[in-house]
Amino acid sequence: MPLLVIRDLHASIGDQEILKGVDLTVNAGEVHAIMGPNGSGKSTLANVLAGRPEYTVTKGSVQYQGHDLLAMPPEQRAREGIFLAFQYPVELPGVRAWQFLKAAMDAQRQHRGLEEMSARDFNRLLQEKVQQVEIDPELVKRNVNEGFSGGEKKRNEILQLALLEPKLALLDETDSGLDIDALRIVAEGVNRSRRPDNAIVVVTHYQRILNYITPDFVHVLMDGRIVRSGGAELALELESRGYDWVKEAVS
Amino acid sequence: MVTPKVISRTTTSEALDQGYKWGFSIDIDSDSAPKGLNEDIVRFISAKKGEPEWMLEWRLKAFRFWLRQKQGEPAWANIHHPVIDFQDIIYYSAPSSKKDGPKSLEDVDPEVRAAFDKLGIPLNEQAKLAGVAVDAVLDSVSVATTYQGMLEKAGIIFCSMSEAVRKHPDLVRKYLGTVVPYTDNFYASLNSAVFSDGSFAYIPKGTRCPIELMTYFRINTANSGQFERTLIVADEGSYVSYLEGCTAPIRKESQLHAAVVELVTLDNAEIKYSTLQNWYPGDKEGNGGVYNFVTKRGKAQGRNSKISWTQVETGSAITWKYPSVILQGDNSVGEFYSVALVNNYQQADTGTKMIHIGKNTRSTIVAKGISAGHGNNTYRGLVKIMPSADGARNFSQCDSLLVGDQCGAHTTPYIEVRNPTAQMEHEASTSKVSDDQLFYCQSRGMSVEDAHSMIINGFCRSIFQELPFEFAMEASQLLKVSLEGTVG
Ligand SMILES: Nc1ncnc2c1ncn2[C@@H]1O[C@H](COP(=O)(O)OP(=O)(O)O)[C@@H](O)[C@H]1O
Ligand SMILES: [Mg+2]
Repeated sequence: MPLLVIRDLHASIGDQEILKGVDLTVNAGEVHAIMGPNGSGKSTLANVLAGRPEYTVTKGSVQYQGHDLLAMPPEQRAREGIFLAFQYPVELPGVRAWQFLKAAMDAQRQHRGLEEMSARDFNRLLQEKVQQVEIDPELVKRNVNEGFSGGEKKRNEILQLALLEPKLALLDETDSGLDIDALRIVAEGVNRSRRPDNAIVVVTHYQRILNYITPDFVHVLMDGRIVRSGGAELALELESRGYDWVKEAVS
Repeated sequence: MVTPKVISRTTTSEALDQGYKWGFSIDIDSDSAPKGLNEDIVRFISAKKGEPEWMLEWRLKAFRFWLRQKQGEPAWANIHHPVIDFQDIIYYSAPSSKKDGPKSLEDVDPEVRAAFDKLGIPLNEQAKLAGVAVDAVLDSVSVATTYQGMLEKAGIIFCSMSEAVRKHPDLVRKYLGTVVPYTDNFYASLNSAVFSDGSFAYIPKGTRCPIELMTYFRINTANSGQFERTLIVADEGSYVSYLEGCTAPIRKESQLHAAVVELVTLDNAEIKYSTLQNWYPGDKEGNGGVYNFVTKRGKAQGRNSKISWTQVETGSAITWKYPSVILQGDNSVGEFYSVALVNNYQQADTGTKMIHIGKNTRSTIVAKGISAGHGNNTYRGLVKIMPSADGARNFSQCDSLLVGDQCGAHTTPYIEVRNPTAQMEHEASTSKVSDDQLFYCQSRGMSVEDAHSMIINGFCRSIFQELPFEFAMEASQLLKVSLEGTVG
């Protein structure tokens, strides 16, 4: 059974239709890249999958591990293993990052019938992941994303990815705005979390990150539809020929 | 006290809010005064306590003054409630098993002991609250005070107010009413006339109180009011941290709680006063709940002395209180850290007054208001710089957080500066728990309720940091419980 099956997905915000019939199948062990110009609906797709309430699904279906994903509230999706790395991570004033991470961890563990982690065990695990993703250890003592630089926010998302070990990770432009070092670290984080039993969907505007993460499939999203799919070589072709080339090919 | 049909109209006991887990009542006989208030009742209370003549005289003066207050209750606060019938209240109620007070902790009525255990306040010295001396006040009387022996060795007096009046009359006479005179306001006058019990603490010169002192107030008897009076005096160079906690059973009628707290610090002394106010807030429709009309004031009388108020107000149907500091000594410091949460139909009008008299006096005000449900939250604060207060400084910060769109938040700061050297800073903000913040938490697996409580706890962080550790944990738990059912 595929991990994720999206069929003819339509979604709107207000009365504006953004996704206009998306079809996509993702199997465990795969890495997919979703590319497309600004405004084509990439973030919308990622957010609809994570359950952001502002979007309304008007048509179509999403099966996740054989279950109707769209019927689940966002927290349940997360507990079932879906993780969205936000394009614009949110600040939580007064909430310490480690505290936020522990609450997330506890909620997910509880769902799996596991005990809450002791503060000590959690701290040990957190420190290990902090080193892995080469994030400044001071950051987890600060308030969630408050006063973080753009790169720090993105790394903090990768830290969460490393900690929560989701089955399906959706990375929304995690590469944008990063310098080359940060990009490498983010890519390593993603590559490290690549396992036969999980899948990663990398949403990106640029081909750049795909030099570090080799996707199994590349899809081009335009005006709310996937207009072209291929292997890793499609990304390179896009890089050299631009999105206009796909646009022309489609029309 | 029974207030108006408007409040108790439709309520049956089954409809009472089950969410308030402190809402059980204790099944003990109590020895109560008849309902109503007149000079005989004042004499009755004084006699019950075996008070000296001067105490009775003071009560009677206060009572007569109260009677003369034509305008009645203060009308300026942003709170609304039916007219209170002061003749429909029981002004004195005590567990009847207690004649002259337990001789020792072993003598405490087992029912009372069990009840306090259930509230998480064990009345023995080994248990959970080891290291905190507790004065437990049930309705009108103190039922037990722990660690008295240890404190006595350090020369610290910590006992019920009744005991203090009998055993330490000179100290009580010297300070009682010097910070909050019986003429101060309607409820302070009433309290001065009928105050039943409360705590008294005296920290002698140069003594750092080795443990936290705590008073736990519990209203039990139906239709009774609670009018406790607390007086804490920190002599030169001394320090004490004092905690106060309160709960009440679920009653469909509202109950009146009109306390007075007076603090005095002499030269170089410091009092840190922390409150967790969790009186029964009423049910989801706004029936019942405690009317918490309290006058709390400290006088930083000595040079370099410091008074710090930290309060977490989650309970009560109505809260009306302004823990204040009179900064009289040069270089004295006043602080007010507050979290006030209203949910359902709760109302809070709370804040502080910082009166700068001495030179180089400093005050800090950080007030966090959380409004949920149909709650109405008002911050009301006064900073007054007198002509004598050269170099006075104040920093005020008032933040409001709204949960939902049926609630209200208001900020009313008054500033009166009569000395040109004063430095004043004021910051204010209003925010909402945003959908983006909630979704971010949910997308990590947290429930909507947990997300709210995490965000709200974050909002209160700077206040909780001021609380002693156990209290901070409890405060955060209280916020969570108080918000249950509003979100999600
Ligand atoms: N909250 C919103 N309100 C109104 N329009 C939106 C909102 N979010 C996205 N859109 C619109 O939906 C379209 C797709 O946006 P998005 O999914 O963010 O694209 P991408 O991530 O590919 O850049 C854009 O035209 C954008 O303006
Ligand atoms: Mg986007």
